[in-house]
Parts: sequence; structure tokens; C-alpha cells
Amino acid sequence: MNLNARAMVFACALLCASSVFAQGSVPELPYDTNSNFLRWPDHIYMGEPAGVAHNSKGHIFIYTRTGSVNLSTGTSRTFVRGGARLFEFDQNGKFVREIGQDLYGFVFAENVRVDPQDNVWVVDSGSSMVIKFDPEGRVAMTFGRKPEAATIPAIPPESQPEPPAGAPAPFGGRGPGAGALGDNFNRPGDVAWDKAGDIFVADGHGAAGNARIAKFDKDGRFLKTWGSRGSAEGQFNTPHSIALDAQGNVYVADRGNKRIQVFDNDGTFKKAYQGVGAPSAICITPGAHQYLYASNSNDSANLENGEIYKMELDGTVVGKFGTAGKGPKEFGTVHAIDCKSENEIYVGELLNWRVQRVTLHTAAGKGGR
Amino acid sequence: MKRFSQLLCLLMAIVWFAGPTFAQAQIPPRPAAYATAPDIPYTSVPNFIKLPPNLYLGEGIGVASDSKGHVFVYTRSGHTRLFEFDQTGEYLREIGEGLYAFEMAHAVRTDPQDNIWVVDEGSNMVVEFNPQGRVIMTLGRKPEAGPGLAYATPPPRTPPPPAQPYIFNRPTDITWDPAGDIFISDGYGNSRVVKYDKYGKFLKSVGSFGSAPLQFNTPHTIAADAQGNIYVGDRGNRRIQILDSDLNLKKIIDNVGAPWAICISTGPHQYLYSSNSNPDNNDSRFVPVSGEIYKMELDGTVIGKLGKPGKLLGEFSTTHEMDCHSENELLVSEITSWRVQKLVLHPVAGDSRATR
Repeated sequence: MNLNARAMVFACALLCASSVFAQGSVPELPYDTNSNFLRWPDHIYMGEPAGVAHNSKGHIFIYTRTGSVNLSTGTSRTFVRGGARLFEFDQNGKFVREIGQDLYGFVFAENVRVDPQDNVWVVDSGSSMVIKFDPEGRVAMTFGRKPEAATIPAIPPESQPEPPAGAPAPFGGRGPGAGALGDNFNRPGDVAWDKAGDIFVADGHGAAGNARIAKFDKDGRFLKTWGSRGSAEGQFNTPHSIALDAQGNVYVADRGNKRIQVFDNDGTFKKAYQGVGAPSAICITPGAHQYLYASNSNDSANLENGEIYKMELDGTVVGKFGTAGKGPKEFGTVHAIDCKSENEIYVGELLNWRVQRVTLHTAAGKGGR
Repeated sequence: MKRFSQLLCLLMAIVWFAGPTFAQAQIPPRPAAYATAPDIPYTSVPNFIKLPPNLYLGEGIGVASDSKGHVFVYTRSGHTRLFEFDQTGEYLREIGEGLYAFEMAHAVRTDPQDNIWVVDEGSNMVVEFNPQGRVIMTLGRKPEAGPGLAYATPPPRTPPPPAQPYIFNRPTDITWDPAGDIFISDGYGNSRVVKYDKYGKFLKSVGSFGSAPLQFNTPHTIAADAQGNIYVGDRGNRRIQILDSDLNLKKIIDNVGAPWAICISTGPHQYLYSSNSNPDNNDSRFVPVSGEIYKMELDGTVIGKLGKPGKLLGEFSTTHEMDCHSENELLVSEITSWRVQKLVLHPVAGDSRATR
């Protein structure tokens, strides 16, 4: 059987089986968690760990929603600051430092990721910015611009008026969620890179936000954007998380459409995976044989779903683990997952103010599959 | 007949809309128990809470003590903050600096394991700290701050959305039954009592807005006795509703005014304290009809009363939370005086029941 035919059979099997029967037939993966490995200094409290990531030394970075968003009044406008912090721990969970204290772009934490050169990238949906820190913790590059002032009283994102054609919206974006050309984000969610260092930003949240992927080269020059709001192939409804495999394929957690869409490096649609719930967070493991993990996180108003799926890159579900809850080994509205290795994953939970280190136990000798 | 029912509907509608406005303007009478309840002699310890220089309490919203007698004060300060003092009132530490859930303090309580729980009506969260002061569980979730501060206060008189198992709407207080199950009075927005197991899993809830039995109008304070009965201070209805731990109604106490704060003492013979606080609107017309604290048997039999409204030591300016781990030592936090008082009650002839 040649490769194409195999793929066809695979696709057929997926279509027939996965979406209808996947829930019942997916094997449960045995696992343990440690939720006490981070040792916090006395007077620092985590809040909601929206993002968690590790660097090449195994240091752990947490970008968290903490404190309060503060407003101050100017002459006629209201300014917004505070509400997010970035912390670094070493590989043993010892607190190393805080990065970016009182940073202008730290408003509402969305994610943190570390690139292969150990630069630390923060995504903030309150300032609609993506900020790159070098390994020393200094700002090296910024994407997007924080809106100068906020509208008070607030306009909920769901009822924000559609911007007139061609006009930039107050928080970025243009037209039906497609986003302006360039790094004019509207509540971005995540960032990832390919081998060449090109940058991919998942942008963004909410009915009035963008719904697209923006691509930049390693020097921050805008290359292209694709996607708009909708449910067709290549359209998005809250593209919330993004990851790339070693071949440079782009995996987008299209949360509102309950699917993972796969694109080639130029944004050409390749395929979509369904049957793994509404993926809120995804990550791809390093190494020769890569796996895709996706969290079907519970809404914070209930304790339904919550399981995390392990998949082959082609979408074949290997197994799942976990369920929503507040206890040990349970997951409360997972917002970030970080694939340190095939069997070691960091999980950041909004509902439980907790980062868990998950260790998966693969059957002896089978190496995961 | 049809016309009559139409008229009735109209009349009911008028009463419905007029009711709250009418009630606000009305000064309630003295609680029925006031005239016959004997006065309990007491003193207020001068300068009990000793703050370091440069630290200030704001509105003294919440107060609790643990098994060692340490005192926890949850206050609306520059930010909402939580402080710990020892049993003599000496300052020990601050807990939860810059906490994500600290928006608008409402209540602090300690459980039998000395975990410290805060109820924050600004973030809609309940947070459990272990005795070391680290967060070990959260209930509810603070609404996300989106662009343009998306989830600001809704305009007044917006009806609250339907209550959800895991989302609070300005919760007010917390208590536990002997099994460790968690009961939360929720609150200003919702009008219910919610029960969770000790792992935070939703079990059930009871209540809606209204004045019928098992309805609530601002369930503002909650406490449990050693049998697991749950006492709910139904402030807007000026009554305490007593439920069993499955949230069935057992009894209603309605002769001690508006229960702003209640607490139940520990030990083999438990007592119920309830404060008919003078309101925080500074309306002087309430002074003659409110401000006192009642001491009761658990069945509602009134044993005595203490206190009156005022700004001096031993007087009360809108009592907001009370702690009574010990029968004759009350910790009282007040909204409008920005303070916490420690009261020592002096029961006559060494028998607290002699004052009955």
C-alpha cells in the first residue's frame, strides 16, 4: 500500500470512527501528577497560570493572571495597567526570579512559550501584545501595541460593534475578524516558531476579536496572515493555541469550532482533527517521534470534560488522561500545556491556580505505542 | 372573574414593583426580642488590634480566629488585604499580597483544621489558605478582564443571570458541617445557599430571591452547629433560617432584627450570636432601632443582648462579621468605624445562663 492510499484509509477510518466512537474507545493512559514541585517565595502568589513553558535547561516559566488590573484617570481617558506577572523557576522547582516587573504590556496573561534559543515569549490578551525577552530577561522584540486607553464603562467583547470597513478597531483587527495586515492583534492567544525561526501568532479571542494566524520572519517582519471568523476550512472561531512540528506544519487549536486544523508552513489547509473536544491548549513533543497533546478543558462554570488527548501527528488518538475537577490528578480549566518530553507535561489550570507536572506511564517496552 | 384576576395581577405587579422602594424608605421597628432581652454586661478591650506603623485597616469587613486564638482581619484597604495577629492582638503577618482574588473583601473564617478561607464579593471567589498561608483551593472564578475591561458592573436593577453551580454572584460567607462539606451564602446577586463536598465538588443549592420559606433576600452570613445544622442570616428578610445539612428548612427565627453577622460558639453548649447591625447608610433614623447583638440558644431562645450604635469603644458602627470561638469573647468587625473590637462578656455569677 503506498503512502497516499494508507492516508486515505486512515482518513476514512477517522471519519467513520473517531468522531462518533472515539469517546468510548479511547484508551486511558496511566499517569501521575505532582502539583507541589514549585516552591514559591513567601509573599508571592501565583493566581491563574495562563501560560507555562520550559527552556533548554529545564527552567520553568509561568505567566500568570494575578493582582488586579488597575485603572487610572488621565485628563479625559482611562489607563490600564497591572494584572499579570512572569516568574522563572529552576528545573527543581526553586524560585529563580521575576521577569518584567510592572511591564507596560503585562495586563492579562494569555501564554508563555520558550523558543529553541531560550528566548521567552509572552502573549498578553489585555494589551494585545506579544513580547520577546532574551534569556537574560530583557525585552528583545515587541509585536502589536497596547491600546493607549480603555473604554469605561466597558463594552463586553460580545457586543462590541463591528468596526467600519477599513477602519482599525480599538483593539486591532479589521473586518470580520480577519485582522489587519501586520502585527495589529486583537486579544492574541499563543505563539510558535518553525526551524527557520519564523514566528506564528494565533490571534485571537472573542466575537469582536480577530480569528487568524499571523506569520512573521525571525526579524519580526510581517510575512502573511490567513483565516477569518467562521467554521469553513481555514476559518477560525477562537484560534486559541498553536504549535509546529519539526517539518514546519502548523497545528491550530480552533477551540470554538472544536477541532485542530493543520496547515503547511505557508498556511495552506491540510486537514482537520475532530473528536477530541474543544482544544483549549495544545503542544507537540520534541524528539524523533513527535506526539500532539490537546486539552479538552472544562469551561470554568462547570466540571465537565477536562481530559487531555495524546495523538500522533496524523491525528490518530493514542489515548487520553484526566478529568475536570479540583482534586489531585484532576484538571480545572486547563489553559496551557507544555510538552517537555513524550511522557512529561506541564499543565497550567486557571480554576485551581495550580501547575501540575504530569508523568505518563507507558507500557513497558512499548515506548508509548 | 377574569376581570378580577386581571385586577389582582395588576395589584400584585404594583406591590411587586413598589415593595422594595417602600421597604427602603421604611424604618423597621425594634426587633420583638429587644424589650425583654436582658442586657449582658461587657467590656471592649482598648487597642486590641495593634498595627505596625504605616499599616492601616480600612473598612473592617471580616474577622475570624483560629484554634490558637490568632486573629485574621480581612479588610477593604487601599487594596483588599488579609492580616494575621496573635491572640494578644500583636501583628504577625500579611497573607496573600496582591492575590488575584482580592478585590472587595467580604468575610474570613477559619475551619477546624485552621485553614483560612476568604470570601471576596468583588472577584466572586472563595479562597482557602492553609495555616502556612498558601492557597490550597479556590471556588468560583473571577470574571476575566478583557479589553475595555469587558465585565464591568452591570447597570443597576439588571436581573442576575441564572445561578450556576460553580459561579458565584457576590458571595457573602462560608461555613462547614462536621463532615467537612462546604456551605456558601451567595449572596447579593444570587439568593441561595450552595453546598460542595470537601473537594469542591458541587452537591446542591437551595434558594431564590423572595421572602417565602427557603427564599432569601441577601443571605449575608452563615454558620453551622456541631450537628451540621446551617444557620443563614437572611438579612433583607430580617430573619435567620435554620436548615439541616441537606438544606431542608427546619426553623425560622424572626425576632432579632436583620442578621448582618452571626456566629456560633464552640464547646459542648453552643450559643448563637446575631447582630442587628445599624445599616452602613449612616441614616440616623436607624440609631434607635438597631445596632445590638443578641445571644441565643441554638433553638432561638433569646438569652440577652449587648451594645448600641456609635463610634466609641464598645459601641458598634455597622457590625459586619463576628467571631465567637469562645462563648464570652467576641471579635467584632465594623464597616464604618474601620476597626475590629474584642469584647469580653461578663456573665452574672459565673453562669452565662443566669442572665436569662
